[in-house]
Amino acid sequence: METSAILILAIPLLMFLFLGLAGKYLPHKWAGILGTCGMGVTMVLAYTVAFEYFFSGNSFFINEAGDRLQHVVFNHDWLNFYDKLTIRLGFLLDPISAMMLVVITTISFMVHLYSNGYMRDHHGVWETGFQRFYAFLSLFSFSMLGLVVATNIFQMYIFWELVGASSYLLIGFYYTKPSAVSASKKAFIVTRFADLGFLIGILVLSFYVGLYSEGNITDAFTFTSLTSVPVDGLTDTFSVSEGTAQVIRDLFQNSAAPMFMGASVLTWALVLIFMGGMGKSAMMPLHIWLPDAMEGPTPVSALIHAATMVVAGVYLVARLFPLYLMAPAALDIITVVGAITALYAAMVACAQIDIKRVLAFSTISQIAFMMVSLGVTRLDHSVALGHEVHEGLGYMASMFHLFTHAMFKALLFLGAGALIHAIGSNDYTAMHGLRKYMPITHITFLIGCLAIAGIIPFAGFFSKDEILTACFGHSTVWAIWMAVVAGLTAFYMFRLYFLIFWWKEHKVHDEHHAPHDQPWTMTLPLVILAVVSIFAGFVPFGSLVTWNGHPITGSGFLTNLENLNWSVAALSLIIAIVGIMVAMKMYKKENELPAKMRNALPRLWDWCHHRFYWDELYMFITHRIIFGLVCRPIAWFDRHIIDGTMDAFAAVTNKVSYAIRGFQSGNVHMYVWCYLAGAVLLAVITMICVL
Amino acid sequence: MELNALYYLIPSLIMFACGVYGFITRRNMIAMLISLELMLNSVDMNFVVFNRFLFPNQMEGMFFTLFAIAIAAAETALAIAIVVNVYRANNDIDVRDICKMKF
Repeated sequence: METSAILILAIPLLMFLFLGLAGKYLPHKWAGILGTCGMGVTMVLAYTVAFEYFFSGNSFFINEAGDRLQHVVFNHDWLNFYDKLTIRLGFLLDPISAMMLVVITTISFMVHLYSNGYMRDHHGVWETGFQRFYAFLSLFSFSMLGLVVATNIFQMYIFWELVGASSYLLIGFYYTKPSAVSASKKAFIVTRFADLGFLIGILVLSFYVGLYSEGNITDAFTFTSLTSVPVDGLTDTFSVSEGTAQVIRDLFQNSAAPMFMGASVLTWALVLIFMGGMGKSAMMPLHIWLPDAMEGPTPVSALIHAATMVVAGVYLVARLFPLYLMAPAALDIITVVGAITALYAAMVACAQIDIKRVLAFSTISQIAFMMVSLGVTRLDHSVALGHEVHEGLGYMASMFHLFTHAMFKALLFLGAGALIHAIGSNDYTAMHGLRKYMPITHITFLIGCLAIAGIIPFAGFFSKDEILTACFGHSTVWAIWMAVVAGLTAFYMFRLYFLIFWWKEHKVHDEHHAPHDQPWTMTLPLVILAVVSIFAGFVPFGSLVTWNGHPITGSGFLTNLENLNWSVAALSLIIAIVGIMVAMKMYKKENELPAKMRNALPRLWDWCHHRFYWDELYMFITHRIIFGLVCRPIAWFDRHIIDGTMDAFAAVTNKVSYAIRGFQSGNVHMYVWCYLAGAVLLAVITMICVL
Repeated sequence: MELNALYYLIPSLIMFACGVYGFITRRNMIAMLISLELMLNSVDMNFVVFNRFLFPNQMEGMFFTLFAIAIAAAETALAIAIVVNVYRANNDIDVRDICKMKF
């Protein structure tokens, strides 16, 4: 177990070092095969670890009551600051980290495989920097795996920054393209700005814990002592025991009791930590980097900006969920931010032309679903449309949606990549009517669209249904709001689908240059992910991943179907079908309807198309207000006052030395006379003083 | 007649004054070097005398003098080397001619 755990982290890291240092001496083909095989081995190891965790019944992982436990595989001291603060690096297995291991390695392997085909043109010529691409993919996989298995908040923060850095490197992969360079900088700066909140949140918490406790700050930030999943009895050597965990939870509740501007310090700290999550998960108003990040190669978008890194924010909230439960105000903020983002992103997605942008906004909207789902989770008894809601259902639904969304969104992105590779353009206006030319891409893309729209029995149906149930259990207003967003989701995804594959027949001038399905390295991941998207909904998540490790539904292949809240399910199905029908009516055949609607509501279209002018707003704030009113006066002060003072010192020294340089005459006798005169003078002074 | 410290110190003072005078008035670098040695020797003598008269049971002054002589010899060797080089450059060892080392 420990060997597998170390290898899961070590293989991608070594692959990064090897491909990064020796890659350019390898043939392109071998670099690709090596990277893919490395990731394949990691995937197999992750599967065995996750399988062992969930299904082996080992007493490390599950207790007699059937509750899943946390297991620390290893935890090494890394930085010893002083006796109360040690930063450790380790490997924590619990339901969500085991689930994330599967998600990350699966998607990463598919992307590695797919890139072998994607990163070369139609004549088989490899892209420049192909080896570098694989090195960066490995670096990203390593960082993301390190993030999800983090045993404490500091380790998480370190890897959090590492995924940000590798995302920056991969967005800017085409570094000769100015738009890619500015997109990568934008992504890095926006997420870095958000991480500032994360860091301040951690510091606020540690300050208050340190202030109010004689105890160990290290323990207070170790996940095993924070979370409500019971810790297995055998990892005591690494972490705190159950009793200490309770003490630390009380400590958080008491120590963070001081109020600041109407909210407890704990709430403030958690909101600040959530700000980091907002940056990574592209919640409003920090979402502006994600659509631009589509400048990166499409497989990167699938891996980082759809399936794994952007859900890190959701994962962070889920990780610290017991803390969030102590501060319901923070959860309310998460709900509101998530709900607004979901609607906003869904509306914008309806008016985009670039297919990757549509998918990017759809990703933002779906992540917002997960956030809302976490935000509405409370432990009190609640009822949704006449059915009882399990406590902690929202948490489970959020993780379930994270899992299914990763699969079908990666599928959609890889499908979009296949289209872009075949057509050579990102705009649907260049596509239209491709269904006969690219049948595999067509069918798999359709499956992805059905999954995200939430049609039974595809994956998205089950997870979205759970989210809506959780919303109904908390507040009917938000539930209806999210149901509308779900309808919009179905609409914009099928708008995209019909515009790409139907609308009008594709005109082919030359039979040899007709668009066609891509090589097997690209179609195989599509097919695999399509199959997963069909069946992922049947994974009995309720018995595998819950907030406290206690199963909330039975296990078995059809559990999710049996446990459906049919009134909510019927509602979401009807909404999804309405959305699809509207899209079909408008976009299946070329007609005047879309143009008419656009002319009827020109303002709405403009606002949606220009993403509600958020980028312009940011430009105004940064350039006019921050640069103009803050930075420029500061720059003036720096240049004229601070630099001026220093320059004055230098000028005075220079003048004085020029004036007295005549003393350095080179005449030895003059030096001697001066020396003698000085010596005599000293002697005289001494004598006067003595006498 | 009892020999007291002054019998040694007064010649030492005369030696030192001669050295200073020579150092100031000579233009020839070798002569300046000789004056310098004269000053050094007078100081060495002082060490020995003070050691003998103030701390007769100790040897620090003696050893200090031995070291000073050794250092002076090394220093002279170095100075002579410089003088030789100056001669090669200027064809003369007049100290007024080596005023290139100014600002």
